[in-house]
Amino acid sequence: MSLDQLTNEAPAYNFAYLDEQTKRMIRRAILKGIAVPGYQVPFAAREMPMPYGWGTGGVQVTASVLGESDILKVIDQGADDTTNAVSIRNFFAKTANVELTTHTSEATVIQTRHRIPEEELQEHQTLVYQVPIPEPLRFLEPRETETRKMHALSEYGLIHVKLYEDIATHGHIATTYAYPVMVEGRYVMDPSPTPKFDNPKMHKSKALQLFGAGREKRIYALPPHTDVVSLDFEDHPFTIQEWPDTQCAMCGAEGVYFDEVILDDAGNNMFVCSDSDYCETRQSEGHLGPLNADYKERMQ
Amino acid sequence: MSLDQDLPLLSVKNLSHFYGQHLGCKDVNFDLYPGEVLAIVGESGSGKTTLLNCLSTQIIPTDGAVYYRGRKGQSDNLYEMSEAQQRILLRTDWGFVRQHPRDGLRMNVSAGANVGERLMALGDRHYGKIRDTALDWLEKVEIQVDRIDDAPRTFSGGMQQRLQIARNLVTNPRLVFMDEPTGGLDVSVQARLLDLIRRLVAELGLSIIIVTHDLAVARLLSDRIMVMKDGKVIEQGLTDQVLDDPHQAYTQLLVSSILHVGS
Repeated sequence: MSLDQLTNEAPAYNFAYLDEQTKRMIRRAILKGIAVPGYQVPFAAREMPMPYGWGTGGVQVTASVLGESDILKVIDQGADDTTNAVSIRNFFAKTANVELTTHTSEATVIQTRHRIPEEELQEHQTLVYQVPIPEPLRFLEPRETETRKMHALSEYGLIHVKLYEDIATHGHIATTYAYPVMVEGRYVMDPSPTPKFDNPKMHKSKALQLFGAGREKRIYALPPHTDVVSLDFEDHPFTIQEWPDTQCAMCGAEGVYFDEVILDDAGNNMFVCSDSDYCETRQSEGHLGPLNADYKERMQ
Repeated sequence: MSLDQDLPLLSVKNLSHFYGQHLGCKDVNFDLYPGEVLAIVGESGSGKTTLLNCLSTQIIPTDGAVYYRGRKGQSDNLYEMSEAQQRILLRTDWGFVRQHPRDGLRMNVSAGANVGERLMALGDRHYGKIRDTALDWLEKVEIQVDRIDDAPRTFSGGMQQRLQIARNLVTNPRLVFMDEPTGGLDVSVQARLLDLIRRLVAELGLSIIIVTHDLAVARLLSDRIMVMKDGKVIEQGLTDQVLDDPHQAYTQLLVSSILHVGS
């Protein structure tokens, strides 16, 4: 081998970076997670070439479920073009050489941080979540031995203490993301920091949902058509975020999850879809919002 | 009811616990009847707390059995129950008031949530009702109701201890364990707390096992007293009897070492 080759050729990675033994280990954890929906399965998470908190758990799950014929989409806060999404997409482009897409309907595997796509997912799709803290009881009960016991015995009074505190302090349940859910009437689960707006989409979803927490070394899963119920009180029922009388400034969509964008120093703002693919698809179909460059043109 | 009153609530048979080679407590036998207050006294290291922890299934003893009569009248050995059953007992039928409020309370959630936690654990899912019950209990333990949304760390020591009592009594337990509940409180606050406990015991017909090294507390609260030394029970009987006419040398020493101010 020439010196030129040695220095310029990329090192030969195994398909999707992880070695096959590691993938088998992770797949076993995933299978166990699917068999016991909502249960946090410990697994021997590996060091990944990115810092903790950047989705090392999700990346390992994705690497283990990815096949050569898969089509991968990566989103971060709903967008395909933010740093985390771009770098993870590049990572798999380099190590797995799979087909990449930004279109929700085309993807077979979607790795996400914080959002579930607006478009309904289908049977053949797998949604992989990046999870920072898998334990829903963590901030109320610091002992891991104790929280495991509470899960084992289904002792979930404590999770309502958190919701009680919200109402006592704010007058309503003020938890807006990582909103705890009950899975199949058995395990309380942290749906990762997705906004509670997306919680109803988890319920009876047609797609397989996998959750990977790299630093905490836990994997959990929701098989398709699983019951996922957001916890609440009888007199303070679960609600999702609403933006009354708001439409997307780019595509005119209503009833979706919005990002607020500040336009100037005078307090002007606009709302746009957080799901960038959904927004672009709508625009290409001819839906235009009031601030879209083509909007005025059309009005004339 | 009368039949139930005649049968012991808790029956302790030859209870021993060793920490490795080291003795915790040895051959403890007693019966506790409904509505009775039993004080376990003795100096530090005499095995009082070990005994209490064994009785409340926080420790599984090396030897012996404890039979507890449930609400349906059945009598079960605590140590043959599953852990799930033990934990259900601990948060419904029993209470545990600890010496340090920070061990018994959640210091960073509000007083109301502290009182409501057991209700929520039992499946209460109505915020309004939980809050009403919490307000009711704060009033019963003489905490101003407008402090319901304050965290216990903003409370005084006496208030924290009263909150702990409310938190434990909210599910109407039948048996409450108390580990030095008045330790670390100044005397006037102690007196108020003791008054409160006496009132609640009378009103609710609670059975209490209270561990204390303070004979005055035992005198005020308890019907019966058990004196422990070096892990063994050396003397037991009616409180007044034991304190007024102690038979064992050690008990005599204990009784005579109380300070009498001004007399």
